[in-house]
Amino acid sequence: MAPKMPQPKVPGMFKGLGVTAKTLAQTMKPKKLGGGAATVQYPHEKETPPIRARGVIALREDNCTSCMLCARSCPDWCIFIEAHKDLAPPRRAGGAPRKVNKLDRFDIDYALCMYCGICVEVCPFDALFWSPEYEYSEPKIADLLHDKTKLGEWMETVPAAPELEAGAEKKKGK
Amino acid sequence: MIGLAYWAQSLLRVLGGTVAVLLPAGTIVYLFLFKMMSFMQSRLGPMEAGPYGSLQLFAEVGKWLQKEDISPENADKRVFRMAPLIVLVSTFLLVAVVPFGPDAYFTNFDAGVFYMLAVSSISTLGILMAGWSSANKYSLLGGLRAAGQLIAYELPMVLSVLGVVIQAGTMNLQQIVVAQNGGEIFGADFIGNPFILTQFVGFLVFMISVQAELTQTPFDMPIAESELVSGYMTEYSGFRFLIFFIAEFATAGVFSLIASVLFLGGWGVPFSWFGWDAAGSDIDNWMNVGGPLILFTKMVVLSGIIMWVRFSFPRMREDQLQRFAWKVLVPVSLVNIMLTAIFKVAF
Repeated sequence: MAPKMPQPKVPGMFKGLGVTAKTLAQTMKPKKLGGGAATVQYPHEKETPPIRARGVIALREDNCTSCMLCARSCPDWCIFIEAHKDLAPPRRAGGAPRKVNKLDRFDIDYALCMYCGICVEVCPFDALFWSPEYEYSEPKIADLLHDKTKLGEWMETVPAAPELEAGAEKKKGK
Repeated sequence: MIGLAYWAQSLLRVLGGTVAVLLPAGTIVYLFLFKMMSFMQSRLGPMEAGPYGSLQLFAEVGKWLQKEDISPENADKRVFRMAPLIVLVSTFLLVAVVPFGPDAYFTNFDAGVFYMLAVSSISTLGILMAGWSSANKYSLLGGLRAAGQLIAYELPMVLSVLGVVIQAGTMNLQQIVVAQNGGEIFGADFIGNPFILTQFVGFLVFMISVQAELTQTPFDMPIAESELVSGYMTEYSGFRFLIFFIAEFATAGVFSLIASVLFLGGWGVPFSWFGWDAAGSDIDNWMNVGGPLILFTKMVVLSGIIMWVRFSFPRMREDQLQRFAWKVLVPVSLVNIMLTAIFKVAF
């Protein structure tokens, strides 16, 4: 004989009706009394996305060395990078001028991007960041190709990095 | 209406019928389908069209009217185009028998209950036509399921109404209303004798059968969207889909009207409240105005319950549905008839 299942005290059917009725009452209750819907009327009021929301990828151009790691690791090749060699002033007085990669083009095609975040993970120089910005839809799909100026503007919406956890390894270097 | 010419009377009847079908349908769709369902899911529903989305209905109708009227290439086109109209016509035929007041009715004849039960099964025909003529396996399956379901639940519905007929001693819906409001329970007449008290089992069986006849959710296998796309409505678009949609909710409204006539005292309030002894005295003048409003209120309450059940429960399985109709509802309503007959003879 199968073990007897515990029976619900209120038959499930009436419980189900109760759940919907309770939600109905809760939604109809005025906002001041702690009621209201769980949803937000979007264009009129906006929710603040969580601080680590994956809205859009922003670029800090100064940090980029055109190493192409992000472009190569992108699963659907939506990052386009072009650069040329340039001479920067020497670090110390009397030294030789340094050779640096100067970024000409850094485009991300958001029509292709699938928001996997591998480029942000893989970037060794902290040039790519997640921004919680999400309102950048376009009427034309071609307009979703954004260049480094636009990606740089989104940099302002990137929240500050959270504090390290207690006991975390301290950052090495100077 | 007596002094009017025949054409004027006919025009009035057509207008009144249209209002009596479309007004409950609109009320149910806005009040329950748009708003109550949203609230039960903790959202607000349509809010943009008009204050609190009250003009959303017109937006929806406008949208459907703009759409192309498509018939599939392999469909049996004449039958395909006719089917939604037949479903809607059965709703109009149903409302013809509902009494809205002592003189506010479309027809008043003695076989009212019989006519109502007969006419309500015409929609089955339309649904089966839609399913068969679409030349689509999902439509066909949906149509067959609908036929099986509607026939299975027709029976308990007929049987549950029989209890009321036995108790009132008439099949005339108008006289059933009078019997309830003029009646008394053991000499106490302050609430009349609404048959929901004495025929509570019949009322339950009737409401469950109505839920199934309307193919509302615990019984919505004919349109089961996760199994059959949209059942017999799969191939319909534009205003033909709109007609199916209107018919679904208009029928819900009309069945609620009939349920309130049969079980809740119809257009009347208990006559003893105002010292009336029977229909035909000075009730008439008041009730021809107030009756429709009272009936409408009862309709809103009953269709609210239908929709509440619809929004709360998941769909049953096809075999559970048939078993429930034949093994539970039919025996219960048969026992109900037997008991009603015994009590009728005893008292």
